[in-house]
Amino acid sequence: MSEPSHHPTHESRQSLWRLIVSPTIWAAHFLLSYITAAIWCEKVAGRDGPLTGARVAIAIYTVVALVGIAINGWGGWRRHSYGAGEVPHDADTPEDRHRFLGFATLLLAALSAIAVLFAALVVIFFNDCR
Amino acid sequence: MLRSFCHSRFNATLALIGGSGVQSSLDPAGREAERIAALFWWMTGGTVVIWLSMVALAFYAIHARPEAHTEKRARLFIIGGGALVPTVVLGGLLTYGLSMLPDLIAKAPDGSLRIAVTGEQWWWRVRYVLPEGGEVVTANEIRLPVGEPVQFDLDSPDVIHSFWIPTIGGKMDMIPGRQTRLVLHPTRTGTFRGVCAEYCGASHTYMAFYAVVMEKADFKRWLEEQRQPAAEPVDPLTKQGREHFLANGCSACHTVRGIGADGLVGPDLTHLGSRLSLGAGFLPNDLETLTRWIARTNEVKPGVHMPHFRMLPADELHALAAYLASLK
Ligand code: HEC
Ligand SMILES: [Cu+2]
Repeated sequence: MSEPSHHPTHESRQSLWRLIVSPTIWAAHFLLSYITAAIWCEKVAGRDGPLTGARVAIAIYTVVALVGIAINGWGGWRRHSYGAGEVPHDADTPEDRHRFLGFATLLLAALSAIAVLFAALVVIFFNDCR
Repeated sequence: MLRSFCHSRFNATLALIGGSGVQSSLDPAGREAERIAALFWWMTGGTVVIWLSMVALAFYAIHARPEAHTEKRARLFIIGGGALVPTVVLGGLLTYGLSMLPDLIAKAPDGSLRIAVTGEQWWWRVRYVLPEGGEVVTANEIRLPVGEPVQFDLDSPDVIHSFWIPTIGGKMDMIPGRQTRLVLHPTRTGTFRGVCAEYCGASHTYMAFYAVVMEKADFKRWLEEQRQPAAEPVDPLTKQGREHFLANGCSACHTVRGIGADGLVGPDLTHLGSRLSLGAGFLPNDLETLTRWIARTNEVKPGVHMPHFRMLPADELHALAAYLASLK
């Protein structure tokens, strides 16, 4: 009953790494935004200066991060909808493990997207370094 | 009887949570405090609604429809109630909170009153920067004109302190090596209390002050009085007190303008007698307490950076206290 090793649901082809791609993008987005704003205010604009450059950079990070998360989430969705399985994907089969990992990836991607948006919200309201 | 007991208990609890009068964020006397109070009430309202919905759901699940739900319905509950609603509620609260911030940390308009306050272990050095140049130095008490923005420039020479007058506005840390800023708009007159809101050592809890919001004309008069040098002693006792003050080295640490005492280690005492409190907002400013402060400083305030003068004879202590109290 076991599938050939090149089949998409074969155990040797599953990876936990894809699960943490979105949260990692979220962390990187947060860190980069934070560091950019800190350096901008300290070295470029000054303590009361405008946040313009940092806002543009953070807007770009946000778009890039959301695209990355969307791709990762889309991959999750595809694995989640593989074949004809229904959530919660808890059968003891390689197919259901495949779907389960996909579904978890999708959920984490959604969470990460919201977190990235929440972090980016800050620069919508703030336009200077104070 | 039980009811009235419960009632008074309830009121006491409310008063404890909200505080009232002199030191309460929920009884605002400043524009910033009003916004913080509004935020608090929105948050409280929001959490009450969430709590009630949860109780209602539990009731629904246990009593109203205890039987199993269809898969579809269950999914609706999980995705809607577990993910969608919290995201929308949190997003709303976050947006509302963030939208308030820029105004709260905005600079005061040019020409506003500026007060430089330094938090030191465990007291407040206060300098009114006059628009026409020069400054008026005082300590451990802050007076403000009503209805005007005031900008506080805050810093610290030792450890982190935090400057907070809950009734008037939010708090701001005072950080060594860095100047922070806080703008407040007092909206009504009254006497309020400020505190240090960041643990800063042994006497942190004894690091407070009174903030008096006054009518503009009264404030101007007060500031003019504070600018004057110390009052000349008029009777033999206070004259003696002044001599003891100079002879015992108090002037190495304290400034009393006009008598040649220009120490900068401790609070300016030029108008000590006019202050509402002693020792940074926690002792009454009367003769007895003043005498005890000078003689037993370290017992009154643990760790205090002023030596005690217990070795002085009682009549000298008495004269010292009388002199300082006469400095209105
Ligand atoms: C070594 C420096 C030093 C000397 C000497 C000194 N003081 Fe002080 N004094 C301080 C410091 C520091 C404080 C603030 C302590 C605190 O509140 O934590 C203070 C506070 C006070 C206060 C309370 C001020 C207020 O705003 O409430 C009085 C009154 C006072 N000193 C009187 C005296 C007298 C009188 C003498 C001389 C007999 C004296 N001091 C000598 C450092 C000194
Ligand atoms: Cu403190």
